[in-house]
Amino acid sequence: MIFGLSVVFVLTSILTVAGALAAALLKNLVHCALSLTVTFAGLALLYLQLDAQFAGFSQILVYIGAVAILVVFAILLTRGSGIPEYRSYSSSWLAGVAIAAGVFALLAWAVVTSLPASPASAAPQVSVQQIGQALMSGYVLPLEIVAVLLTVALIGAVIVAMPEASKGDAK
Amino acid sequence: MTPLAAFLIVAALVFAIGLAISLTRRNAILVLIGIELMLNAANLNLIAFWRFGPHPEALTGMMFAIFSIAVAAAEAAVGLGLAIAYHRSKKTTDLDAMTRMKG
Repeated sequence: MIFGLSVVFVLTSILTVAGALAAALLKNLVHCALSLTVTFAGLALLYLQLDAQFAGFSQILVYIGAVAILVVFAILLTRGSGIPEYRSYSSSWLAGVAIAAGVFALLAWAVVTSLPASPASAAPQVSVQQIGQALMSGYVLPLEIVAVLLTVALIGAVIVAMPEASKGDAK
Repeated sequence: MTPLAAFLIVAALVFAIGLAISLTRRNAILVLIGIELMLNAANLNLIAFWRFGPHPEALTGMMFAIFSIAVAAAEAAVGLGLAIAYHRSKKTTDLDAMTRMKG
């Protein structure tokens, strides 16, 4: 126990934050994508510690399985690997870091000052069956809307990224 | 420090790092990575509040996080598609050089 927190929590949170920091600081974009994957895995471990097994495994499937691969593909397709030809940081990076630090200070201040001492509740027993039944009963409309959104987004992404037809055809 | 506060602090750190990435990096794909990190931090908040809230058996926060993951996946697909399309026509992913989006 460190400051009343379990050692596993401290290790996973250090891993998560270190991965995010590496994504912010590394020059090579492929290394950034790999450290992003470390962050996603750390967040999945944090979900598992919060007894949210379904969300943790969806995080692994969706983020490590799909989004990280998409990011790597996009980096390679735009020839972003290796040392970039332009500077990595914008000219106003100091203002960006200051804004981010200010946001973190505000959030941390709000968390530390406003939370009541919550009683340690027992771990909720949530099975995947319960989640499926909730999705099929109370959350049917949001589920269908998300299905439509995913279809539209994927078709839109394909159309946007498709090579344009040669300009002469239209004229 | 209560467990809930510890999870919220970790989420705030990840959010701040994602915001810093979005604001300081010049590569469009890295800015998308920063946005993904911010969405993930919000998901961690949702699940932490679900777990330590008074009614975890109601599944509300968990459902919100699952839908948020699905919407974030759609956003990543469209954003990376836009970055690839822009690179195809202008041969750059430098945000400082992106001054117009039209063909």
